[in-house]
Amino acid sequence: MDPVPGDPAGAPHPGAPAGGHGPDLGALLRQSARGDSAAFASLYDATAARVHGLVLRVVRDPAQAEEVTQEVFLEVWRQASRYDAERGSALAWLMTIAHRKAVDRVRSAEAASRRDVTWEQRNQGVEHDTTAEAAHASLEAHRVRAALGQLTDVQREAIELAYFGGYTHTEVAALLDLPVGTAKTRIRDGLIRLRDTIGVGQ
Amino acid sequence: MTGHDQTPGWDVHALSGAYAVDALDDAERARFEDHLAHCAECRDEVDGMRESAAVLGAVGPVEPPAALRDRVLEEITQIRPLPPLSTPAPGGSPVELGAARRRLRPHRSGRTGHLLLVAAVLVLVAAAGGLLLRPWADDNPDKPNLTAAERVLAADDATSVDKRFPDGSTATIVVSRTEGRAVIRTTDMAPAPDGKVYELWLQTPAGEMERAGLMPDLRDATVLLDGDASRATGVGITVEPDGGSDQPTSEPIAFFTLDS
Repeated sequence: MDPVPGDPAGAPHPGAPAGGHGPDLGALLRQSARGDSAAFASLYDATAARVHGLVLRVVRDPAQAEEVTQEVFLEVWRQASRYDAERGSALAWLMTIAHRKAVDRVRSAEAASRRDVTWEQRNQGVEHDTTAEAAHASLEAHRVRAALGQLTDVQREAIELAYFGGYTHTEVAALLDLPVGTAKTRIRDGLIRLRDTIGVGQ
Repeated sequence: MTGHDQTPGWDVHALSGAYAVDALDDAERARFEDHLAHCAECRDEVDGMRESAAVLGAVGPVEPPAALRDRVLEEITQIRPLPPLSTPAPGGSPVELGAARRRLRPHRSGRTGHLLLVAAVLVLVAAAGGLLLRPWADDNPDKPNLTAAERVLAADDATSVDKRFPDGSTATIVVSRTEGRAVIRTTDMAPAPDGKVYELWLQTPAGEMERAGLMPDLRDATVLLDGDASRATGVGITVEPDGGSDQPTSEPIAFFTLDS
């Protein structure tokens, strides 16, 4: 399942904004790899809110989240040449870096506040949207909510705790009172179902 | 996949989802990335799941402060973008690891990819702290960035023998005749009883067992066997008193026959 035809000239990538509008992130990454800071600025403008939204959700502390978001983009600049369109969309590549850095931050800091706030509380942060990304995001959000609705409760909770909570599957199992070894299966099953429902690559 | 739930940790494929959303601990992650090196199915699966995770993550955008943009655009002037990956890069941050893994495509030079991944995994294991048990010295000057174990794992003639034990643990012997060395890799291996240790043996063509080192007290380990494996006919594991023995004092708990 390698969804990307890999047209280097600029075909929209799967996982790029639905309907193919917006800049071609893969092309911007390739230009950035050659040191084109204007292209990188465009890439930043096109993705910063999504990256920061994810980072903030995982890290929670706004000041730390800003640091992480900054780290993410510096890493993206440094690593731009390592993006491989045949492996997936530029957005997924970026979000993978962002998620990893955010998780690394919470695991190393293990900020006490992180465990005080429930995911539901944090899940109300969408009103900050001010950019064109937001309009797109609301469409995405609808699609994602529908897709999440297809999951079992346990699958959904396990994915949310892992992805947004930054917990390991072992911790997720403990949080959900699942037998050790079960959470990873729920996460996997849920992600596969999400993938099939969201229809990434369409 | 769910059928393996009764033996947690055994089915490495089942870790793909947790890997895709960074929900593995360091040791598991290293183990899974090791597995990804030779499982195209899991690579594709992870790629697909990362796409959907990204869609999920993109749902609640929050505009960062404008000053952040200025800082980022100023700082990049001080940072040189990395060149495209064409040779194995020693070291690397976890993120580079992910990027390195991305280079691994079926139609590319698989050997380079494996080498890179193996090197990256071992670096990660080392970074995870305390897991790298041997200095793995005696580097070949032709490949100065690789340890002996890495060269075995990446060798063109590397062959492997797997065993799965009733408790769900696994052990794999990888041998390279040209490198003349063997590596054992274990997952979920129960610790040796108190006062005992697992000792490794290489069987010579004459049928003698030669000491090949002791297993560390770790469930998941990758260890280079001592001794010349270029003509070894088998690898045995016995339970010995702490410190090991010069000769096996018990029947092997596992014996791996190596193809000649």
